[in-house]
Amino acid sequence: MKRKWKAVAFYALCTLIAIIWMVPFMVAIFTSFKTMDEIFMLRNFWSPPKTWTFENFKIAWREGRMGRYFFNTAIVTSVSVAGTLFLSSLSAYALAWYEFKFRTAILMVFVAGMLIPFQMLLIPVYRFSVVTGLYDTLIGVILFHVAFQLGFCTFFLRNFMVTIPSSLFDAAKMDGAGDFMIYSKIVMPLVKPAVAALGILEFTWIWNDYLWSLILLQSDAKKTVTIGLTTLQGQWISSWNIIAAGALLAATVPVVVFLIFQRYFIQGLTLGSIKG
Amino acid sequence: MRKRLTPYLFLTGPLALYFIWVIYPIFRTFIVSFTRWDGMTKEKFVGLDNFVLLFNDRYFILSLINNFKWMIGFVILSIPLGLLFAMLMDQKYPGHKVYKSLIYLPMALSFVVIGQIWSWILEPTGGIVNSFLRYIGLGTLAKPWLSDPKIVTYSLIWAALWRQIPYAMVLFLAGLQSVNKEHVEAAIVDGANAFQRFWYVILPELRPALVIAVTVNIIDSLRAFDIVFVMTRGGPFYSSSVMANYMYIQAFHNYRMGYGAAIAVVQFLITLGFILVYVLNVLKREERL
Repeated sequence: MKRKWKAVAFYALCTLIAIIWMVPFMVAIFTSFKTMDEIFMLRNFWSPPKTWTFENFKIAWREGRMGRYFFNTAIVTSVSVAGTLFLSSLSAYALAWYEFKFRTAILMVFVAGMLIPFQMLLIPVYRFSVVTGLYDTLIGVILFHVAFQLGFCTFFLRNFMVTIPSSLFDAAKMDGAGDFMIYSKIVMPLVKPAVAALGILEFTWIWNDYLWSLILLQSDAKKTVTIGLTTLQGQWISSWNIIAAGALLAATVPVVVFLIFQRYFIQGLTLGSIKG
Repeated sequence: MRKRLTPYLFLTGPLALYFIWVIYPIFRTFIVSFTRWDGMTKEKFVGLDNFVLLFNDRYFILSLINNFKWMIGFVILSIPLGLLFAMLMDQKYPGHKVYKSLIYLPMALSFVVIGQIWSWILEPTGGIVNSFLRYIGLGTLAKPWLSDPKIVTYSLIWAALWRQIPYAMVLFLAGLQSVNKEHVEAAIVDGANAFQRFWYVILPELRPALVIAVTVNIIDSLRAFDIVFVMTRGGPFYSSSVMANYMYIQAFHNYRMGYGAAIAVVQFLITLGFILVYVLNVLKREERL
């Protein structure tokens, strides 16, 4: 009997919280399907549209150039994530498996760097890109993301690599495997789950980045979705339905990725628990 | 000889990038903070002038105070609520995973999207908050949430909590995994009620998770930027400005790079203590594993 009441309380409370948490999404979805007339006549963001229209999405995609921004973000994100995972796996491997003089010092440098507020980097990174010609190029943004994420990723992957029993490593050495062979054929397959968790986390962070695109990109053709969205906001002032449609379009990819790989995302977040 | 070089071969690429884009810039910002510089002409060394100016700049002080509001808001709201949610969702009733997914969802969104969504929710005429207040007869409480200088910062914190609370929940759920189930059962046998079990058994064992969650929230509150920038640009009249925002405006809109760097340095120094607490805790936790 007591158990039953507890179950009722659980479902009641959880449902209430879930509804409260979903309200903002509903508001965005409703707004994105409304006509401008309806928004101006009724001005109530919380009610479902009287007539549902897809027009806003079309406008956001074509005239708002969300398609273009999407493409840029997809390139920046995929290349950055691949680059970060590859390079950090190299450094994590070196720091986990070899005894050498500056091992602890280098690890500390990576750990310390990942915690620095990014405002400490803004001015020099901006200047550096201008001087080197990387300003307003996607490759400039990519290189920055890769470098900036290296601290966290190296720390994260190293923690997994040190848990691999060293007997495996010794056996491989006996069989004559070279250093790179051990890295690619033994260590990497074993840390695949960690790489997956890390990959998902990095994907959402880089996809959702705003500040660095704002600092390092300028021309409309290079803009990423987050910047594109604020442009949309400026261009279609108070056309909330079009902005909402754009926002939903921008959110689709990370939300879908999140829903599919949620388990890895949460795992990564807990194990790396450092930034969100 | 080859053996000794191997780790460095693996490290060359990553370290090179890391030094160029992270380590060197940190030192560079310190140097820039002692100069007057528009970003183009030659820097002029001015000693501590920027820092003296900063503490006489009422907008900077305002930003600093707002950062502390963020900090308090994050700690007193996302910690208890995150913990409450985690305790609740840790009950393994069928469907608990669905609830968790729904609550986690804002973590997949960018602050730009979150900021825009909340701008509609807080919109004075048709926004859901004011509409709801009028609907239940509390129309007098309806406010221009984002244009009243007195309340705008709280509105922004509220919007950020939509994402911050689930994050705290993740940390606490992870912490709950390591709570010794036998201790909890022993407490039940001893006749402890739910509150006693929580207060005397679970909470002490959650201490490490609690410390991490508090420091993470404090560090996050000190680097708030995106959501403020998207929702209010720090306005009206700097009333919702935070340090990161003010730094951006000074450095990139007013071309006062030295002054901006000084703000970043102050922000960094305030964060430093919390960073150290965090690092020590993570290292401690790792040793135990």
